[in-house]
Amino acid sequence: MSVEILMPALSPTMEEGNLAKWLVKEGDTVSAGDVIAEIETDKATMEVEAVDEGVVGKIVVEEGAQNVKVNTVIAVLIEEGESADDIKVDTSAPAASEEPKQENPEESGPSEQEQPSVPAAPVFEAKADSEIPEGTEMVSTTVREALRDAMAEEMRADGDVFVMGEEVAEYQGAYKVTQGLLQEFGAKRVIDTPITEHGFAGLGVGAAFAGLKPIVEFMTFNFAMQAIDQIINSAAKTHYMSGGQVTSPIVFRGPNGPAARVGAQHSQDFSAWYAHIPGLIVVSPYSAADAKGLLKSAIRNPNPVVFLENELLYGQSFDVPKLADWTVPLGKAKVVREGADVTIVSHSMGMRYATEATEKLVESGIDVELIDLRTLRPLDMPTVVESVKKTGRCVTVEEGWPQGSIGSEIAARLMDEAFDYLDAPVMRVTGKDVPMPYAANLEKLALPSAKEVIEAVNAVTYRQV
Amino acid sequence: MPKKTDAAAKASTKGNMPAFTKEEELYAYKEMLLIRRFEEKAGQMYGMGLIGGFCHLYIGQEAVVTGVHMASKKGDASITGYRDHGHMLIVGLDPKAVMAELTGRKGGLSKGKGGSMHMFSNEERFYGGNGIVGAQVSLGTGLAFAAKYREEDTVSLTYFGDGAANQGQVYESFNMAKLWNLPVVYIIENNKYAMGTSLERAASTTDLSKRGESFGIPGEQVDGMDVRMVRDAAERAIQHAREGNGPYILEMLTYRYRGHSMSDPAKYRSKDEVQSMRSERDPIEQVKARLLENEWATEEELKDMDKDVRAIVSEAADFATNDPEPDADELYTEITV
Ligand SMILES: Cc1ncc(C[n+]2csc(CCOP(=O)(O)OP(=O)(O)O)c2C)c(N)n1
Ligand SMILES: [Mg+2]
Repeated sequence: MSVEILMPALSPTMEEGNLAKWLVKEGDTVSAGDVIAEIETDKATMEVEAVDEGVVGKIVVEEGAQNVKVNTVIAVLIEEGESADDIKVDTSAPAASEEPKQENPEESGPSEQEQPSVPAAPVFEAKADSEIPEGTEMVSTTVREALRDAMAEEMRADGDVFVMGEEVAEYQGAYKVTQGLLQEFGAKRVIDTPITEHGFAGLGVGAAFAGLKPIVEFMTFNFAMQAIDQIINSAAKTHYMSGGQVTSPIVFRGPNGPAARVGAQHSQDFSAWYAHIPGLIVVSPYSAADAKGLLKSAIRNPNPVVFLENELLYGQSFDVPKLADWTVPLGKAKVVREGADVTIVSHSMGMRYATEATEKLVESGIDVELIDLRTLRPLDMPTVVESVKKTGRCVTVEEGWPQGSIGSEIAARLMDEAFDYLDAPVMRVTGKDVPMPYAANLEKLALPSAKEVIEAVNAVTYRQV
Repeated sequence: MPKKTDAAAKASTKGNMPAFTKEEELYAYKEMLLIRRFEEKAGQMYGMGLIGGFCHLYIGQEAVVTGVHMASKKGDASITGYRDHGHMLIVGLDPKAVMAELTGRKGGLSKGKGGSMHMFSNEERFYGGNGIVGAQVSLGTGLAFAAKYREEDTVSLTYFGDGAANQGQVYESFNMAKLWNLPVVYIIENNKYAMGTSLERAASTTDLSKRGESFGIPGEQVDGMDVRMVRDAAERAIQHAREGNGPYILEMLTYRYRGHSMSDPAKYRSKDEVQSMRSERDPIEQVKARLLENEWATEEELKDMDKDVRAIVSEAADFATNDPEPDADELYTEITV
């Protein structure tokens, strides 16, 4: 049996090279690992080692040959006792590396059939929203309690769910969100970590690979930046990279967005950062009912979920339905108020400004439709588009920075999907394009406000006020 | 070149207690008292709503920065985390400007834009004031890299906490610092707790002075409540680094009397624990006792000194209360150069 030795590719981009020197001649015996030739690429001279053993039966490409295409047969090895005369070699360049021949590509235009086309991205379809049965008791609950209840319920239901993070157990949570969990579930399932975000985020993802369902609390998402590599490179991508074999059923949660008077490193909104990443689900609720229902869905979801809470909302109370198993579907926006004049789209703390503005605008005769996105990836554009088809105008509200914001994405998508329905440019109300200042007056200026929302609505409705 | 073994032996020899001269005792006393009174005032002003956000007080740990500073020289760089007020006062920054930063006013060290956790001074080579636990360790290592690159004989004094000692980048930095023999002294302020987590609950081994062992970095555990021990150890460490022998670790055994920040009720430790530290180990009381015992100062003189310090602090508080907030135009300035 003879073995063909092919011109090797010695770099990811190499297409051809020069056969500088043969270090063996016909009739020599070689074993695997012997250096048999030197090849010049555009970058370096490289040695070629034999992979098989045998006798050099025939040197097909002579020393000094230039521009030898990768995968061309350059020599043939035969077994001891075989005759070199039996060797037949196809000396033409290999078909595999051949460019499709075109006489004059300029004239014939781009060859569409030969380029595999990019398949269409799947169309997003949001699930139906949860319904609260008639007569359900509503209980006033803080966002903090709602989140805790969601974790407790899921931990009762599934022994694979556990919580870890800094100060989550004995201290009962830096912001008291995990209050009582250590007492109910014990130290095996409610785990205080050292201050080592990159390490415990990675550890959590590994545990998720192995089938557990970790809830990793970041004391705030500012500190998740220490761990963002594990969130994106490990959690978000592994399902795809493994061809669908490995999943990361993990929830990364904690407060996100500006807090009060804590300065540039502790006061920022990462919504758009995570929403950028395929493979993640990103949730950012406003109300306690949504916080509870979405966190329960997030814990059950087989994907990595980044769950962005807000410190300043923890103490705010909302009605939460008293149901044995209240869940809210991921990826479904909520029309908080129906209206015909303008669509305001927001999420998380942005909803506070949007709600305040809506109340004033409605009072002054503007019929606002208010949408709480709740989930930022996948983004429920069908709900937003449906609304804008009706109102023709849209204002987005968020605390994040303007460039590459959630609002920027919505504006772009509305141009794609609802251009003909728009009667005015989409306007974004965002945090100012600055690191968060500490001084009280500057901090106030850096944040968005209900006033700015009203001004934006006036602009898109061409109102003179 | 100091030998590691000599240094370690010296530190552990009880009879060989490093002594201070009268001037040194008086200096240490006054500086520590300034930090103590400043922090007490800051706590009070926080309670009045004049200071917002987080405010991490240094009360109890004063001997660490004071002793290290006494062993350093002008031109040495320093960097720490958010518990930074003492570090700034000790390098000589104006208490008025520090306090005004705490209240977020125009005259603050960062013009009110940084806050309690973020203050800097190029002049004193103080690089913050950093809010992300552990980040200052790599940054401080970079300050040492610059010193070596420029062939300057300055040292980087890189402070961090016992909790920060568990961050990965600390060990990445240790490795590079020794690999390239960078002039950095790592000063671990082990006050026993990282927020509510005691060192024992967060660390598989609790002798932090040994955390550099596998990199070949010498380390010492130091009584961080005794300013003389701190200065003595810091002299050895700084000399080691300055003479080109690379990094050195000083684990300062210290204690914070207050909660982690103003909003921490500190229920994770007993009142007795705090009380016994205060009554038996207080860094300021220790110096005071020696001053009196040696008759280097009378009670009266020490009272006068306290009065002077209180006057400095009151003046700082008044300034920080009355100084105006930064102009609105400051919002968009200094984002990029
Ligand atoms: C990367 C990061 N994680 C978490 C925090 C929140 N945090 C601020 S201080 C602190 C405790 C640090 O303790 P230690 O290092 O011992 O310093 P000490 O406060 O005792 O001076 C924590 C967890 C942070 N600022 N940065
Ligand atoms: Mg500590």
